[in-house]
Amino acid sequence: MAFNGVDYYQLDELLSPEERMVRDTVREFVENEVIPIIEEAYQQAYFPMELVPKMAELGLFGMTLPQEYGCGGMNNMCYGLAMQELERGDSGVRSFASVQSSLVMYPIYAYGSEEQRRRWLPRLANAEVIGCFGLTEPDYGSNPAGMITTATKIDGGFLLNGAKMWITNGSIADVAVVWAKLDGEIRGFLVEKGMKGFSAPEMKNKHSLRASVTSELIFQDVEIPEENLLPNARGLKAPLSCLTQARYGIAWGAIGAAMACYDASVKYATTRIQFGKPIGAFQLVQEKLATMLTEITKGQLLCWRLAKLKDAGTLRPQQVSLAKRNNVAIALEIARLARDIHGANGITSEYPVMRHMLNLESVKTYEGTHDIHTLILGADITGIQAFSS
Amino acid sequence: MTILACISYVPDTAAKIGVTADGSGLELGGAKYILNPYDEFAIEEALLQRERHGGRVVALTVGSDAAKEILRTALAMGADSAVIIPATGLDSFGVAANIAAYAKAIDASLVLLGRQSIDHDSFQMASTVGALLGVPSISVVSKLEIESDRVRAERDIEGGKEVLEATLPLVVSVQKGINNPRYPKLPEIMKAKSKPIESVEPVAVSPRAAMVRYQVPQLKRANKILGDSDADIAEFVRLLHEEAKVI
Ligand SMILES: Cc1cc2nc3c(=O)[nH]c(=O)nc-3n(C[C@H](O)[C@H](O)[C@H](O)COP(=O)(O)OP(=O)(O)OC[C@H]3O[C@@H](n4cnc5c(N)ncnc54)[C@H](O)[C@@H]3O)c2cc1C
Repeated sequence: MAFNGVDYYQLDELLSPEERMVRDTVREFVENEVIPIIEEAYQQAYFPMELVPKMAELGLFGMTLPQEYGCGGMNNMCYGLAMQELERGDSGVRSFASVQSSLVMYPIYAYGSEEQRRRWLPRLANAEVIGCFGLTEPDYGSNPAGMITTATKIDGGFLLNGAKMWITNGSIADVAVVWAKLDGEIRGFLVEKGMKGFSAPEMKNKHSLRASVTSELIFQDVEIPEENLLPNARGLKAPLSCLTQARYGIAWGAIGAAMACYDASVKYATTRIQFGKPIGAFQLVQEKLATMLTEITKGQLLCWRLAKLKDAGTLRPQQVSLAKRNNVAIALEIARLARDIHGANGITSEYPVMRHMLNLESVKTYEGTHDIHTLILGADITGIQAFSS
Repeated sequence: MTILACISYVPDTAAKIGVTADGSGLELGGAKYILNPYDEFAIEEALLQRERHGGRVVALTVGSDAAKEILRTALAMGADSAVIIPATGLDSFGVAANIAAYAKAIDASLVLLGRQSIDHDSFQMASTVGALLGVPSISVVSKLEIESDRVRAERDIEGGKEVLEATLPLVVSVQKGINNPRYPKLPEIMKAKSKPIESVEPVAVSPRAAMVRYQVPQLKRANKILGDSDADIAEFVRLLHEEAKVI
């Protein structure tokens, strides 16, 4: 039976008809195009590239950026709802869209020159060009300020040296937004596929986000022309502002994964018979379902409010941290409960629950780990930083 | 070429629909309404024919104000304009008369409809509209080719295909498989909000068929569950042979 969403508090009434139509269109897209192929991609550990032109055609890349650059010009509610639906399919598919939109198109829009915007954004929107975002390094994850990738000024440009790790879409990207220190200051560079000295080997053998490409980026004396420096990005706050965009989408996406797990669990619990009745008749199982529904509903309210704040322009990054931290944690918990309710079936690819559960382990870690967001909130509450960057 | 795509607003296929105690009406119990699934093929076919031959696509629905939602879907998919004829409670003839009157008013060369509306399943819209317009109609079409004013249509029939030829103007109802309806582009959904939906006065016609009552189907036979003893198996075989008459 088709997925009709989880809406215990009639939150649909808080959405405009167009927002609902955007959500329903992406939902149908995921139902028809993603769900039938995703288990195979996950098992075989590849990203289903055939989805990319279809996603571009639908308008999933750069949804909130201006139409004059070939982008969607939509509000953040629409963007959030789209991420929710994509992640109901798979976190890897949502990750692709997050990276392309929030981590590649957004910095080019926010920190790029007019020429860079015109050169890159339309082609990223229609997916003629795929992007990736290189911030994390082997030795600098939660502490990106410590990065050691370095750019030095040469005639007509820069020389880039160093390495990035855990980079989503790295090996399939045509352009990488790479953060490196120039004279001790963090700056953003557009590194293009095929530039001499640049390679992007894929990282294999993941147990999580298997339907997503994760790579290293290696720079050995890569010559970057002057016009590939993002002129207006200076310091760590530039990449962090990109992460705020992506984390916003993740807070929504996690709810999508949680809804998929809840939906599967309700169906399973009402049809699986043990001791002569559906397992959903037992109080322990009912308690799990009630917990799932409660947490999903709370998470949805966080997202809805976050979208309103973002559209009003009053959103604070710490508010995004709260939602990313909460929603990913509850989604992971819900996925684990769902896996449990499904018994042995829960470990198979017949059901989406274990795939979501394993994916969410990455989602918990990337874009600021759960604990780093705890510390961001802690600092905001007390005014005392638990870590300094 | 002006193409009229006729679409209807119907309860979701998953909706649980009941009958009122006195049988005079239906209980929809807050069912979600959707674009009639067969009409998606009609819109898509209209857009494809426009892409091939030029012209414009007008999406039309006869129904309540809430049905504007599906007109917005049609606009987001790419229809040039959208029209609502605000009328409810019409019989099939009343709907057909309104479609025909509007098709005539805009001088439509091709009227496309879904093969059936999944609410009342009357299956008579294409033929009635055709008859009222005095033009041919072909129903349940799975392939449509147009060359100037000549049309070739394929219909699936038991174990084969039927190929028909006709000329424009023409009324065609379409079937699953004729095309793959596109998803509306997300930015177009937002733009559709600001496009006008024209409202056209309904024409008054007297109904040709009156609804007398609704009735829940009587279960003709209850399902039987047998055990696995030898006697049960013998009984199972007897039932297949004598009651179900399949062996
Ligand atoms: C599948 C996947 C895709 C990714 N995609 C990208 C990408 O596209 N681009 C990119 O730049 N990065 C990407 N990342 C990297 C990701 O952002 C980092 O993994 C993340 O920031 C954590 O860094 P780390 O793995 O080095 O962990 P560490 O920073 O080493 O953290 C290890 C543990 O220590 C804890 N910890 C660290 N510091 C503190 C502290 N001060 N106080 C308390 N606890 C602390 C952490 O919370 C965590 O539990 C991706 C990661 C994964 C798994």
